Amino acid sequence: MNRKSPAMRVDLQLIADMIAPSSRMLDIGCGDGTLLAYLSEFKQVDGRGIELSMAGVNECVSQGLSVIQGDADTDLDDYPDGAFDYVVLSQTLQAMHRPRAVLENLVRIGDNAILSLPNFGYWKVRFGLLTGGRMPRTDALPDHWYDTPNIHLCTIHDFLALCDDLGVAVERAIALDSSGSPVRFSATGSCANLMAAQAVFHLRNHR
Amino acid sequence: MQLGVEAKLTLDCGVELGPVPMAYCTYGTLNAERSNAVLVCHALTMDQYVADTHPITGKPGWWEDIVGPGKPLDTNRFFVICSNVLGGCLGTLGPTETNPATGKPYALDFPVITIADMVRAQVMLIDHLGIDQLFCVIGGSMGAMQVLEWASRYKDRVFSAIPIAGAARHTAQNIAFHEVGRQAIMADPDWHGGDYASHGVAPKRGLSVARMTAHITYLSEAALHQKFGRNLQDREMPSFGFDADFQVESYLRHQGSTFVDRFDANSYLYITRAMDYFDLAAEHGGSLPQAFDGTETRFCIISFTSDWLFPTSENRAIVHALNAVAANVSFVEIESDQGHDAFLLDVPALRNVLSGFINGCAEHHGLGRS
Repeated sequence: MNRKSPAMRVDLQLIADMIAPSSRMLDIGCGDGTLLAYLSEFKQVDGRGIELSMAGVNECVSQGLSVIQGDADTDLDDYPDGAFDYVVLSQTLQAMHRPRAVLENLVRIGDNAILSLPNFGYWKVRFGLLTGGRMPRTDALPDHWYDTPNIHLCTIHDFLALCDDLGVAVERAIALDSSGSPVRFSATGSCANLMAAQAVFHLRNHR
Repeated sequence: MQLGVEAKLTLDCGVELGPVPMAYCTYGTLNAERSNAVLVCHALTMDQYVADTHPITGKPGWWEDIVGPGKPLDTNRFFVICSNVLGGCLGTLGPTETNPATGKPYALDFPVITIADMVRAQVMLIDHLGIDQLFCVIGGSMGAMQVLEWASRYKDRVFSAIPIAGAARHTAQNIAFHEVGRQAIMADPDWHGGDYASHGVAPKRGLSVARMTAHITYLSEAALHQKFGRNLQDREMPSFGFDADFQVESYLRHQGSTFVDRFDANSYLYITRAMDYFDLAAEHGGSLPQAFDGTETRFCIISFTSDWLFPTSENRAIVHALNAVAANVSFVEIESDQGHDAFLLDVPALRNVLSGFINGCAEHHGLGRS
């Protein structure tokens, strides 16, 4: 097991553990480059990143990471098929304008895609809406409806149905609790859709 | 430092030139492995005095914020080279140099050159210095064009490339502004069809107007407004004449008149023409990705938000082309209201990005961390 970098989110650590050493990886929405820096240092991964915010990109490039300022909605189309061993999209698909096209691009560009998502089917979300009658706010979805970047929220079942539609194979699915720690049940089961606050998926194209 | 490179240079236009004197400055020391060399490519009106006092103006080097001990291009670690471009007027072969065939300055007998020709001359210099691979090729504006040309044509000789505020082609608008400058020079009666040296004059008014026009394109509207607004120059009221009533007029006249003391009008014609002809995709069958196919160079593309001469969109086109060949590329758009000139100014974000990228590359190149 690799040493843990202290600042890394639990779900990022899970993703990091799924990536083979010395592979080529693209981190979409790489933020301040935490995952890229970790993988470069501890797994000798040849990592690249895309980040929307100028501050995030400056931070990454100033650390010596290969990151471009760009938008996953528009900038993934350029990459050739199979350009990377892994493509990572962490907690971002629900903020995309074209999530379906982005998902197609993920499995096209990468031999493997690793994606994490907040689950809108989580019981606290359902309960919040049912009892409070207001848009739910949870640890995984902390923003108010008017300032959230999330425009395409979905449940785990919704996401799996889209994968099925696109012919994307789910190699592995891990359900996480609200603190980001893995829980016992598989994220593809019906229990997870109610009990998991978020989930991490390892996807591959059916080719 | 100056040297006469013996080999002949075959230009894009088909003419063979030579010998080719090249004037250049170096900073720092080339290591035993010859692996720490950095080539700085200068912009249209710059020169080799990147971190030296300019011999004519007495001003500090044009990139002392970036090149020097402890600076992003740390001369304690790197061997930094900057040569006056082919067609320039500070020692490298150009229209002011003597044509061996006539014993007079080349003037308009000098062949029309391209960005690729400038780079060919630099390759001869790098060969002469015994350097196989440059650790980094870096430059802004026209310097960025040279960087792209290097990275495209001499892939295995460029470990990392940093084109700043550049473009893979000159746009119609870019060409249009250059044409205004050239027409101003050629309309000056002192130009004499380029043969002004024989008449003992120089087309100072024309060159000055060319510089004034160009200078406007280097600044943003916000920068001009911030600097000058509608402020009047040394007066309370407009003069109801055509004096430099406004500070911005006075500033531009000053920019124009100081420029003619350090730059040659024919050089200006040739170098602007070289920029106009630059179209990297056209050199590769119309496909920009093709220009970078198979590259292993690490790229860092940098643009500035208020640069409308070489805007972010042109820089992003380079990034997209590099992505299409899965190249190792970083791209940063830096917030600045200084316009195109931002790359020459002290912009902290630029320094940080350059330091980070260069240090990361140095580590991958076995040059260690700073």
